[in-house]
Amino acid sequence: MTLIPEFQAHRVFVEPWTTELGSHGLMALVTFLVGASCGLIGNFLILRRMALVGDAISHSVLPGIALAFLITGSRGIGAMVLGAVVAAWLTHGLIELISRHSRLKQDAAIGIAFSTLFAIGVVLIAVFADKVDLDQDCVLNGELPMIPLEPPVRLGGWVLGPPPLLRLVVVLIVSLGLLVMFYKELLITSFDPGLASCLGIRVGVIHHGLMLWLSMVVVASFEAVGAILVIALLILPGATASMLTDRMIPRLAWTTVHAALSAISGMHLSVALDCSPAGATVVAGAGWFCVAWLFSPTEGLIPRRLRLHTGSVDSRLRSPELSDSSEIA
Amino acid sequence: MIAASPGHLTLALGRRAGNGYRFAGLSLGLALLLASAFTAQAAKIGDLTQTRWTEQAWRFVTLSDPVVRYACLGTVLLGISCGLLGSFLVVRRMALLGDALSHAVLPGVALGFLWNLEKDPLAIFIGALLAGLAGSATVSILTRTTRLKEDTALGMVLASFFGMGLCLISMFQRLPTGNKSGIETFLFGQAAALGPGDIQVMGAVTLVVVGLLGLGYKEFLLVSFDPGFARVLALPTVWFERLLVMLLAFSVVAALQAVGVVLVSAMLIIPAATASLLTDRFHRVLVWSSCLGMISGLSGAFLSFLGTRLPTGPFMVLSASLLFALALLFSPRQGMVPRWYRQRSQRVRIERENTLKAIYQVLESSGFAAETVTVAALAARRRLPPTTVEAEIRSLVVAEFATASGDQVALTPSGWQRACAIVRNHRLWELYLTHAAQIAPDHVHDDAEKIEHVLGEAMIRELERRLPRIDTDPHGRPIPSLPASMAGARLGAGGAGHPPVGYGGRS
Repeated sequence: MTLIPEFQAHRVFVEPWTTELGSHGLMALVTFLVGASCGLIGNFLILRRMALVGDAISHSVLPGIALAFLITGSRGIGAMVLGAVVAAWLTHGLIELISRHSRLKQDAAIGIAFSTLFAIGVVLIAVFADKVDLDQDCVLNGELPMIPLEPPVRLGGWVLGPPPLLRLVVVLIVSLGLLVMFYKELLITSFDPGLASCLGIRVGVIHHGLMLWLSMVVVASFEAVGAILVIALLILPGATASMLTDRMIPRLAWTTVHAALSAISGMHLSVALDCSPAGATVVAGAGWFCVAWLFSPTEGLIPRRLRLHTGSVDSRLRSPELSDSSEIA
Repeated sequence: MIAASPGHLTLALGRRAGNGYRFAGLSLGLALLLASAFTAQAAKIGDLTQTRWTEQAWRFVTLSDPVVRYACLGTVLLGISCGLLGSFLVVRRMALLGDALSHAVLPGVALGFLWNLEKDPLAIFIGALLAGLAGSATVSILTRTTRLKEDTALGMVLASFFGMGLCLISMFQRLPTGNKSGIETFLFGQAAALGPGDIQVMGAVTLVVVGLLGLGYKEFLLVSFDPGFARVLALPTVWFERLLVMLLAFSVVAALQAVGVVLVSAMLIIPAATASLLTDRFHRVLVWSSCLGMISGLSGAFLSFLGTRLPTGPFMVLSASLLFALALLFSPRQGMVPRWYRQRSQRVRIERENTLKAIYQVLESSGFAAETVTVAALAARRRLPPTTVEAEIRSLVVAEFATASGDQVALTPSGWQRACAIVRNHRLWELYLTHAAQIAPDHVHDDAEKIEHVLGEAMIRELERRLPRIDTDPHGRPIPSLPASMAGARLGAGGAGHPPVGYGGRS
């Protein structure tokens, strides 16, 4: 057995869409749902410079999830969400407590709070290994390959799909609903909190609501991609979209496109290399970000370099030294 | 041993507190409580595993086993190197760079394993170092060439590199040798898996870190605290920054086997953050932080040793967090409890002083004819309900500033002295404001009301020296002199028929 399996175009590109649709196709659908719901909220995290708060929360929901498992002894979504929300609030509270009552700055406070909670979670899982239906591998990788094996939910004569898939569909619909309902508030509080409070928008309430939404999305994604890779799915789509456009609505649309592209190409990558599907999705997402970084018409490295050489007029990029030199003139 | 480590710390903290045997006792009690909590936890771990935890603990404490010796040595080295570099991260507010760097090394670890399909400390070290440096370079390129902010760039690099590493590991684990290689111990750490090769690498890294930081201590300090000044001195600041990131990558990579990729950053940040709560001087932060790193490393190794196949990293981090929580609460200067205590005792003092002043004013309004005041008169003076005033009088009686019989309150000699001092502070300040700052007499009261409690001896002497005459305040009331204790006793006891004289003659 070799490290990289032999490349067979039929196995990699055709089978996932035909014979393996029920497993690989389903996994791609799950990662798309995760990527889309994470990416939508991720856009606002990036704008608010809270990317690392997303990181912190995705780590620190672990003890909440583990405790919910220990207490209820089952994988009930309600208990898990409750535990994770409590853990997320605890992180938030700890960060505030540390940065307010000591000289430490927010970055150190974030680092301390989430690593402590994450450590508690790992210890709970390790110590009660026989009582928790969770292992350390699941924390890292998620359980994507297990999802197609779960017995599907049936409604009447219809087969709706395995329960995690349905949960993710619900989360995505709720996310879209929240986005449509509070779009204006989210936009204004993200760009100009001062103006928002002048307009009578409760900035604090929106902030806490965003945290609540974030913990819901993180918990729903936990099963699919684990605790650490969530951060990639939160940030990568938004970061890619921000390379492509300046307007918010197109940005949200690009986010969804990025989620779909990385879900599909990640699935093919994981089939080709026979590796962890969650990891492959993240690698594919990072790859698509690099494509946007290099080739984006407005922001990309290569178009910018080309413009510089051909001397096309782009006042934003023309530095004083260059405009003085005769080559450009 | 676990019981001892937080105990020592709290004892040390208690000893350093200005006024606190009470405080030391409190901390000691807390340490005992924590120690019992620890044993309870340890028992739980022992219950779940076949080996008896007492035997395991004995094996650990006696250092009879080479595995234990390597684990101890490794965690000590780790504590030192991570503690030193973490201090720089924390003071430079780059804590999350440590996080990103430590996740980014994972693909390097996996490639190091692939090099010759077994655990080779040197290959892993080089692979991880390269990956870590590639990660930090990517962060800086991303922030320079795009509009993405640093936090976004850090998060992206962290997660993308980590995902790459997980892919490589999952491919590697399909190989027949993969599952036995122990690569998964790199994720959450396993101090018991440290071998002589690891110890050599860790020792070398710690030596390099300590040596370079020792040689360039002044320069590193300058570059970290005042980069502008460092540039003015023509120091190559960029190279010092790069060297620091390089050393950071070194110590992260060296710590991997013991703490694990996921939680290395915590061992960088938490001991250093704890140290910065305990002291103000950077060299002391460095020493404290390495010591705390060692303590938490050792106790993490000990706890994970009690059960079978428990990861080391989380236990280390929890020990470090426990120490941090203790410092956050009880650090003599910055701790929440000492600060709260100081604030509270100051509030009590100010309340007492206000009551004393009110008693003086009531006495003054009767031309010092009476020796006692009634609670009702005091309540009217302070515009407070009588019950509140009664509570304040009880507090004065406890402090032996006053005696109460029925609703009559009389000042003791020390109370009288204190009351005179406060009224004198108040009126001197009012006089100074009207005299030196030309403020109208009806605008000075509120200011004096605040400052009277904090004016020190030296400041009062200075005011007396600067003011031409200090017998009456701007409102025409006499400024009391400070009675010597005997004179005060006479005045307080019965000679109150005439108002106390000012210092007018002396100035």
